[in-house]
Amino acid sequence: MTRTIELASRVLAKVSGRADAEVVVTGGVSALTRFANSFIHQNVAEEGYEVSIRVAVDGRVNSAATTSLDDLDAFVENTIDVASLQRVDENWPGLTPPIDVTDPKHYDKATAKATPADRADQVADFVAAGPDMRAAGYCETVGHNVAFVNTAGHRAFGRYTRATIDGIHQIDGAAGAGHATSKAFAGLDGSEVGALAAGRAQRGVGAYDIKPGEYEVVLAPECVATIGIFLSFYGFNGKQHAEGQSFVELGEKQFDASINLYDNPHDSRALGVGFDAEGTPRQRLDLINNGVTQAVAHDRRTAAKAGTHSTGHGDSGSEQWGPLPTHVFLAEGEASVDEMIASVERGLYVSTFNYCRVLDPKALSVTGLTRNGTFMIENGKITGAVTNLRFTQSFVEALGQGNVEAIGNDARFADSEFGPGLLHVPSLHLEKWNFTGGAAG
Amino acid sequence: MFDLAQAAVEGALAAGAQYADARVVISKHQSIAVLNAEPQSIDQAERAGIGVRALTGSGWGFYATSNLSAGAARNAGEQSAVISKASASVPGPDMPLADVPVVEDFYETPHEEDPFAIPVSEKVDLLIAVTKTMQEVDGIALATGNMNFWDTNKWFVSSQGHRIHQHLVESGGGYDATALGDGETQRRSYPQSFGQYETGGYEAVRKWDYLGNAGRIAEEAAALLSAPELEEGDKSLILEGSQLALQIHESVGHAIELDRILGWEAAFAGTSHLELPKLNTHLYGSPLMNITADATLPGALGTFGYDDEGTAAQCVDIVKEGTWVGVLSGRDSASVAGLPPGGMVRGDGYNRLPMVRMTNVGILPGDSSLDEIIADTKDGVYMATNRSWSIDDKRLNFQFGCEIAWEVKDGKLGRMVKNPTYTGITPQFWGQLDMLAGGDEWIHWGTPNCGKGQPMQVAHTGHSAAPGRFATVRVGVRA
Repeated sequence: MTRTIELASRVLAKVSGRADAEVVVTGGVSALTRFANSFIHQNVAEEGYEVSIRVAVDGRVNSAATTSLDDLDAFVENTIDVASLQRVDENWPGLTPPIDVTDPKHYDKATAKATPADRADQVADFVAAGPDMRAAGYCETVGHNVAFVNTAGHRAFGRYTRATIDGIHQIDGAAGAGHATSKAFAGLDGSEVGALAAGRAQRGVGAYDIKPGEYEVVLAPECVATIGIFLSFYGFNGKQHAEGQSFVELGEKQFDASINLYDNPHDSRALGVGFDAEGTPRQRLDLINNGVTQAVAHDRRTAAKAGTHSTGHGDSGSEQWGPLPTHVFLAEGEASVDEMIASVERGLYVSTFNYCRVLDPKALSVTGLTRNGTFMIENGKITGAVTNLRFTQSFVEALGQGNVEAIGNDARFADSEFGPGLLHVPSLHLEKWNFTGGAAG
Repeated sequence: MFDLAQAAVEGALAAGAQYADARVVISKHQSIAVLNAEPQSIDQAERAGIGVRALTGSGWGFYATSNLSAGAARNAGEQSAVISKASASVPGPDMPLADVPVVEDFYETPHEEDPFAIPVSEKVDLLIAVTKTMQEVDGIALATGNMNFWDTNKWFVSSQGHRIHQHLVESGGGYDATALGDGETQRRSYPQSFGQYETGGYEAVRKWDYLGNAGRIAEEAAALLSAPELEEGDKSLILEGSQLALQIHESVGHAIELDRILGWEAAFAGTSHLELPKLNTHLYGSPLMNITADATLPGALGTFGYDDEGTAAQCVDIVKEGTWVGVLSGRDSASVAGLPPGGMVRGDGYNRLPMVRMTNVGILPGDSSLDEIIADTKDGVYMATNRSWSIDDKRLNFQFGCEIAWEVKDGKLGRMVKNPTYTGITPQFWGQLDMLAGGDEWIHWGTPNCGKGQPMQVAHTGHSAAPGRFATVRVGVRA
């Protein structure tokens, strides 16, 4: 804590009253052990800090970042000089005033100190769970500190850890995936995650082609996380909303009444620190309550334009891409996965989506594929595996009124193609999903 | 800087590694974004540090630090060796490094105007003028302009004796206009989706006449709102050059990465439909399909002097007259596969492990022209500028969307249609290639956002292409 706060304060002091300024120092250690064909083939670690500064010289704004701590005088001077040459930013929202920040306490000391041998042990457990299979995936540990200071007198410090084991087992052309993310390395169980992946792979052997079309589906948490991140990025994003590119209509019942979606960095299961890159405290933000759209995420800039307050989503890149929720929870239901499958007469169980891309952001029409296990459900039972399918589907309509048959009781962190630890979601049973292509096109 | 890299290598060897290499990287990145004639963000980042790779037995280790002191460099080397020993606890086959010449050299990107010497205000003013022009067109709600510039110095040292300093310069940008309708958005971009990037200086921006094309681009975006949807069906598909470039990137470039073929990317990026025993016999496409991976093309975004293993840039045949003949490789993957190393291993900054990446994977020009292709087409559609891209983990089943299209009837361009998409299976699709424009329309398109690896790395790749026609393709897929 002392080092990052001191470094941030030292950089801020160099501004010497010539600009409004905010400084963020982030860094620490991160390490990732990667395996394929059941052996560790890539194994990396890094340590270091990055200093970011944003200055406003009479409303002329400039941002800069560096990992080089040798010449911070020149770094600050150059940032101010470039700002001085800019046009006045009429939408500069000013700095966050001093305000209390609550630490969500998402830090685990042992995780920050995890060794290459610790990660290799997790990998070995994952691999061993699939005898005679080919395993691939990664085990990652992160321990980061974040310090914020600004010339308005606001200071904040936080630290967090994250640990992930994620991978697949492969056999005879079939693959199955497993994933676990936690703030604590001790919360991971490579054997359990590996067994889930191996079981899915074994059941995937002998997959056959089916005709595309509308199918009832049970979606595993990875698929639901993908839906969630697209809703967040393209919808609950204050910039996209202000620009008219979001599907969000505040106060409207846009989703099934069973859907409750919220962003809450203070949930005991969440990850990260208690403030954003502008120093704004993060708080719970309800996005959908009983199917009714409630809010979008704001940083200071989008909030000022919308005449409201920042919701604490001013993260790196939000000026360009917009503020988006990254501590997302979809409230659990009561159904078990077995119960959801048992209620399907003819449909599909989908383990993972792959390579999803938006065709139109406003309609949130998305195309993508299934991957790592797609299974036919007939008369309430999984009867076999099918080959991967392409879908073209509006993610808003997927969660629309009447299309959500059941919500699972199995919520957990699931990767969404955007990285681990962003969404904590259960399985979903949906009445229909639009598959537009099979393995043969 | 060579001394720091040498200290890191010595640290790794002293800790037991049998091979080590180190890169000191100091890179500058300037990013400018303008929205509706107002600066949106002006960011400058400098990243400096050292990354060390160590091999012990069959295990690799990599450690990076932003601390550029001699002590920190040596410690980074030692840590990389410790990690490599942990790798060996879940062991694989031996990975001898394929032999490459040991080189001491300096390489610099040829460039005319240092992009960092051009005032930020000049760049912002150009983007403001462009976005203002686009905003003046009725129906345009969002007009966005971007520029990005990179200046990278790398010092590479290996325990085999390499000492290579490279100075790479990359420049580019672009803009787009968005029209908002009832429940839909329509967008047009220039020079291509996400902008056009090249190795070189600010001349890479000047050559594209940003201002002269802004009005046309905005008018097309606005007109798309009232255009009819492309109807679903099987048609002749003509692709504009930048879309054909992305088609190459996704359905050829990633598929020929040797690490994917060997299964090293199976869990994340995926594998490949290509199988090594079929090299030199597998039919990838029609006889018009000649693909190379050429890291020596002047101005192309994937051009450099040496890769991040110290292997010299080279041109490798990938597909010859429709037959698959080559891969993208590094020293370890080439050795495992029994192939010559291709010099295609690069890392995203000092703190990322170098891995197999595309260089300039492009299609050699044909002997036709876009005009001739259109004149020869009885019932088709001409699509331009990528809007969405999705392909499966074996690089077989793809669906792409473009920003704009025109019907082609009886040899003439017809009405504009919106939301054009097409879908196919890689070898069948490439087998349909029956006309290809020539060198006059051949452009080194650049892709500045190629993601791969864990932790995620972003690579800059090039894809030379001219417009081409595919005889029969399923088009018009929608939700």
